[in-house]
Amino acid sequence: MNPSTVTLHDMCLRDGMHPKRHQISIAQMIGVARGLDEAGVPLIEVTHGDGLGGASVNYGFPAHSDEQYLRAVIPQLKRARVSALLLPGIGTVDHLRMAHDCGVRTLRIATHCTEADVAEQHIALARKLGLDTVGFLMMAHMSDPAALAVQGRLMESYGAHCVYCTDSAGYMLPGDVTARVDALRAVLGPQTEIGFHGHHNLSMGVANSIAAIEAGATRIDGSAAGLGAGAGNTPLEVLNAVCHRMGIATGVDVVKLADVAEELVVPMMDQPIRLDRDSLILGYAGVYSSFLLFAKRAAARYGVPSVDILVELGRMKTVGGQEDMIEDVAINLAARKQSRTGADCDHAA
Amino acid sequence: MSKSASQVQCAIVGSGNIGTDLMYKALRSALIRPAWMVGIDAESDGLARARASGLRTTSEGIDALMPFVARDSIRIAFDATSASVHRDNAQKLNAAGVLVIDLTPAAIGPYCVPPVNLGEHAGRGEMNVNMVSCGGQATIPIVAAISQVQAVAYAEIVATVASKSAGPGTRKNIDEFTRTTARGIEKVGNARSGKAIIILNPAEPPLVMRDTVHCLLDSDPDRDSIRRSVEAMVARVQHYVPGFVLKNGPVFDGKRVSVFLEVAGLGEYLPRYSGNLDIMTASAVCAAEMFAEEIASGRFAPPRPAA
Repeated sequence: MNPSTVTLHDMCLRDGMHPKRHQISIAQMIGVARGLDEAGVPLIEVTHGDGLGGASVNYGFPAHSDEQYLRAVIPQLKRARVSALLLPGIGTVDHLRMAHDCGVRTLRIATHCTEADVAEQHIALARKLGLDTVGFLMMAHMSDPAALAVQGRLMESYGAHCVYCTDSAGYMLPGDVTARVDALRAVLGPQTEIGFHGHHNLSMGVANSIAAIEAGATRIDGSAAGLGAGAGNTPLEVLNAVCHRMGIATGVDVVKLADVAEELVVPMMDQPIRLDRDSLILGYAGVYSSFLLFAKRAAARYGVPSVDILVELGRMKTVGGQEDMIEDVAINLAARKQSRTGADCDHAA
Repeated sequence: MSKSASQVQCAIVGSGNIGTDLMYKALRSALIRPAWMVGIDAESDGLARARASGLRTTSEGIDALMPFVARDSIRIAFDATSASVHRDNAQKLNAAGVLVIDLTPAAIGPYCVPPVNLGEHAGRGEMNVNMVSCGGQATIPIVAAISQVQAVAYAEIVATVASKSAGPGTRKNIDEFTRTTARGIEKVGNARSGKAIIILNPAEPPLVMRDTVHCLLDSDPDRDSIRRSVEAMVARVQHYVPGFVLKNGPVFDGKRVSVFLEVAGLGEYLPRYSGNLDIMTASAVCAAEMFAEEIASGRFAPPRPAA
């Protein structure tokens, strides 16, 4: 089943905040957002990597507040709408009201894939404020399709217009995506859209997105130049070209979007977005993509291999938001190493 | 087990997990005696257990308790219901001269974090104290331990709780948890600015509660003094929460100080992984015992209505 139209939703200014340690400048935000708008991208997300209220020691302090970014970007756009992300437990309804006040017209409320009920008050408020309301089920690989569908149905019941299957760890293969989108499509009402958010940690971003589209998803996340956590999001300009080739209408110009990626986003990168060993193991082990840079830093600080840290986080079944456990694991691994070798180890403590 | 006649009689409002665990802790106390449990669900396990333990019970809610308050000399009540009904409960109980210990995030009264400020509540004639939140009880003592050594510009706590240990009340009150805990961090922990984050994790077997405290100081940390202060505070909390453990830290990184904690429950009525509930009930009983001592000694005399 090939829907004729999908809505592409760019993530490079929100998920892209992760590889940029939340330091994207206002000028960069405006430049990229305008470029995306001119290419025809209909939806652009602008928020701290961890959503509204994410500014913290645990996730990182951004160069500017959500409010500053939103008020700078939104007035610059001609057609594109701006969305904000919110994770209950980190952001609150107060942040939601602020975003609405800034001109955000799509509000995406994200929970771990088994915890939709923490989002009830947020989804209900977004709906009441007349916002396009999205329920975002993260780490969806950790739920079987039937269980995911139950949570999706809950989000719909609270007022979500659209429910997302989110592959936060870049763990899924196309069959996993098909099964989950099928399960959602079977229980959600026909008026409720389904979305898919991919990460490229097993190089499956585009393939997974096409699988989602073929199962009935009509909103797909991706990032220009893939700028996003882990090995990046589904590279949006690549997905756009593939959609054009397959006769799926996106409304986004292939060359113009590739221009934005090449000329605006790539030069912004602190390090190339690449499927390196760490992001491969992260995806393979099913670990939340934004843990990548934290794991690399903890590895350097405590003298333990980042791969070991990531594997342990996967074994512990950590979920999104648990960045504090990265340092805790690194300290434990370093202590274990020290007691094994019996030698003095210089902890950077 | 014979108990002293000077035990202060208490009521437990709310027959869920927290109320029931509170009851078992209160039954072991020499200073308070749980005389009543109030619920709204006649089939609830908590009410059945309360009856089996010799408490009087009602499933008709707070209004059914009120006629017995004076007759049964109820002086203290624990409110383990929810934020939305707390105000009403507190009004009724206070009007009858009952001191209320609020375990919801309603936070009408001042915050009570026993190892930090229990003594401050004595002698003030307060009729309502709030226990902040599970994350607050686990972390505010640590923030206070650090701020006692050096000024804390900003303190942030991350509470991670097993999904099974977070009931409907917690889930509906997620925002309230973060707000009330942040304010508790500022007012009782003495950080200039506070933030609280809560994460639910459904992993099986259920994970034991973890709490992380990040403090940003105004100046470079005095590492030895901070370490000593944190360790001393951990020992104080362990007096009434034996499962409270310093897992790692304090870790120092520039002006950042981070402390990694685990809170395991006693594992009697509630499972071991429900340390988040255990620390709430233990703290509440600790507060109640302090007030009970005040009442029994005559130092605290809440206004009683005419008989």
